[in-house]
Formats: sequence, C-alpha cells, structure tokens
Amino acid sequence: MTTDTKLAVKKVKFIITRQDDPESKPYIEQFELDYRPGMNVISALMEIQRNPVKQDGAQTTAVCWESNCLEEVCGACSMVINGKPRQACAALIDQLEQPIRIEPMRTFPVVRDLVIDRARMFNALKKVKAWIPIDGTYDLGPGPRMPEKKRQWAYELSKCMTCGVCLEACPNVNEKTDFMGPAAISQVRLFNAHPTGEMYEDERLDALMEDGGIEGCGNSQNCVRACPKGIPLTTSIAEMNKATTKHMFKRWLNV
Amino acid sequence: MTWKGVHELMKGFYSRKLHSLLGVIPLGFFLLEHMLTNFSAVEGGSEGFKESVAFLNSLPMVLALEMFGIWLPLLYHGVYGMYIAFQAKPNNNRFRNERNLRYLLQRISGVLVFAFVIWHVYETRVQVALGNVTHEELGGVMHGIVTHPVYFILYLIGVISAAFHFANGLWSFLVSWGITVGPRAQRVSSNICMGLFVIVAILFTWSLFAFRGAEFQAEGTAWLEMTFRTLAG
Repeated sequence: MTTDTKLAVKKVKFIITRQDDPESKPYIEQFELDYRPGMNVISALMEIQRNPVKQDGAQTTAVCWESNCLEEVCGACSMVINGKPRQACAALIDQLEQPIRIEPMRTFPVVRDLVIDRARMFNALKKVKAWIPIDGTYDLGPGPRMPEKKRQWAYELSKCMTCGVCLEACPNVNEKTDFMGPAAISQVRLFNAHPTGEMYEDERLDALMEDGGIEGCGNSQNCVRACPKGIPLTTSIAEMNKATTKHMFKRWLNV
Repeated sequence: MTWKGVHELMKGFYSRKLHSLLGVIPLGFFLLEHMLTNFSAVEGGSEGFKESVAFLNSLPMVLALEMFGIWLPLLYHGVYGMYIAFQAKPNNNRFRNERNLRYLLQRISGVLVFAFVIWHVYETRVQVALGNVTHEELGGVMHGIVTHPVYFILYLIGVISAAFHFANGLWSFLVSWGITVGPRAQRVSSNICMGLFVIVAILFTWSLFAFRGAEFQAEGTAWLEMTFRTLAG
C-alpha cells in the first residue's frame, strides 16, 4: 500500500526565469515539485524556498518573489505566468498548462528573480494627485455625499491595486516611451468623481496632459482584458480623453 | 539622431492630438474626395476622370488648398506617425485580441501608406509640377502603372492599407477625443468603421481596375516608360 502511494505522486514542473541582480543577465532554472491539491504558484515558490533543489538534483538559491495578501487584493505578486501577466496567488496549478513558465514582468526594472520595482506606478499616482485632500488645520467637517449610482461605478475603479499587469500588457509602455500606463489614468477618473476629490480636478487633468500622460494610449485595449480586478480601464481612458479634450478647449477659450 | 532625441522632439499632448486631428481633418476627407475622383474613372471612363481632375484644378486658390489641405498635414501626420509606429512594442503573440491586432495593423498600414504615398505623389503630382505630364495625361500615367503586374499589386496593397488606416484611425480618433466612451459605443463605432474600410477599399480597387481599361492608354506614357526602364535597369 505504501509503495503504491509513492508511485502515484503527481509532479508539477516549473521553468523559472531568474536574475541575480538588476544588472546581471537572466537565466532559466527548472524545478519539479510534488503535486498537492489546491496548490498555487505562491505555494510552489514557498516549496522551492524550503528546498531549493533543481529538477536535475543540483542545489541552488531560493527563488525570490514578493507577496503579501495571498487573496488578490494587494498587487504585490504580479508576474508573467505562462505568458500572461497575473497574480501568482490567484494562479492555481490545476488551471495551468505544464510545464509552468514563470518570468518577472520585464516592463519594470527587475530587482531579483521575480521581484520587480513598481516605483514608476507610484510616481504616476503622485503626479496625478491620486488622493483626496481632507487634511486641514481645523476640523473640516463631513464632506458632501456621493450619489449612490456614481459610488457604484467608482467603487469598481477603487479596486485598483497598482499591480502593474495593465502596464505589462500595454504595447505602448516600454523603454522608448514615458507613458504612465492605464492604472493612473483610471485613478484620475476615480478621484475626479469624488465630491471632495473633485477640488483637484483641474490639476489632475493638467498632469494627464503633461509628457508621458494620456496621449501615450494607443488603443490596443489589452489593459482592460488583462486587469485582474475587471476594472473598465478603457472606459476610464476614453472618459479622461473626453475630460482632457474639454479641459484643453477651456484652457484656450476661457482666458 | 538617437531615439531619445526623436522622443524629446516629438513627445507631448498637443503634438499627439494634432496628429490625431489631421488624420481625419483634412486627410480623411481628402482620402474620400480622392476616392470619389477616382471613381469617376469607373463611371465616366477617361473623359469622366479628366473632367473630375479639371474640376479640382478649377477650384479657387487650388495651390493653397493643396498646401494646407494635403501636403503640410500629410507631412506632419506621416512623420509623426513614423514616431508612433516605431515606439510601439507589439505583443500580439501574448495578447491575441482583435483590438490589439488592429493596433499592430494600424502601425504596419501606416508605414506602408507612408512609403506608398511618397511613391504615388512622386509619380503623379511631382511629375505634373516638373512639367513631365499634364493633368489631362494623369489617367494615362495611371494606366501605365496599373497595367504593370508588380506595380498593380503594390498599388492594391497601397490603397487597401490606406483604406484600413483611415477607417481604423477614425475609430481610434473617436476614442482619443472622448467621443465614443463606453464599450458599447466603441463596439458600434468599430462595426461602422470596419464597414467603411470595406467600402473605401472596394471603391479604390474598383477604380484601379478601371484605369486598366484600354481607353486610358497612350496618354503621358512617355515619362513612365522612361522611369520603368530606369527602375528595371
């Protein structure tokens, strides 16, 4: 009986693109793990971390990756799995074709192995002032109410976790452009929809009209299909296209 | 010039917006006008085409119309378009969806049309300006080109690329100016624009076939024969 169980253990194969530091050349390592029901890419990476042995039996270093929430809300574990950028925590082994190929999202600078630096996204959020100004030297009191209908679609936009999948999917985010990518543009729509956030509306639109802003969109619409949270990114971009067009004429004609 | 230098020169909201606008006004309208003029070769044959060309040349301030309605917008749209085309990093093998394919085709057709238009303008308008052919002989020039099998294929590729680039560009113009915002609006406009592509492509192709007719023969072919000989030799 015991020998039978040993033979029946299913194996899962991984081909992982690794890189030792930001400047060094990437290389590939293969791993083979025992299958466990319900395992996902993160649990597989944890297994490799516990026992960093390659498929050929040779010892190696543990594969580095980033993750936090393990429930697809933090955006930290984005990587390219079988060619598709997505969250590793939501990538169930049962649903993946084998061997499973894992690479970092190269649109961003690679720090080590699967760890990438998403600083450009946070800089874009700062640039467009993706926050609501509520701080004052005295109690500002409650803000105006948001209509329920508006709240419903705005809530969808607020699901953005700055995971970077939309930037990885975008053919116009690359080393030849400085396009900020879809995520920050959608956040402008979110914060401009908020009754208090609206007070920064003009400044956010100005930021979208600076270099690397909304004009970088090439309408490939990969972002909306790749977004793990189903955010209507292309509707946000078109809505901001409309807002910046109006803003442009206002800037010309109102002075 | 390095890519960084090109990028510094071209980047920005207004330059991109101008590119988008010029593609429709005036260039889109000019393309449709050109399509209609050509179609007079289908409807009215050699005489009909001559009349259409004569009508265009009878317009007041025709040189200014050409300059500001065609040449300058074409130059800007073409050169800026090359910048857009070559900054793209297509990923169609990873993202196989129709809009992404059209993103790629828009850039490929743009580059093809850029080359085609230079060639076509050189053979027609430039030769008129140099005095090698007259406006009346343009039908014959076209006959000379499209009866040559290789050039006919190249012209077919040229006009179909132009029709696609115009129609698909109109679709993205509507998105980029915030006219079609939601997915339904973009789907409907996509169907309309692709329909437009088919119609424009068919009408241009039809007139190319019309120019193959014998009645266009023996007009202004002397210059063409000369260039063919140079190209072949």
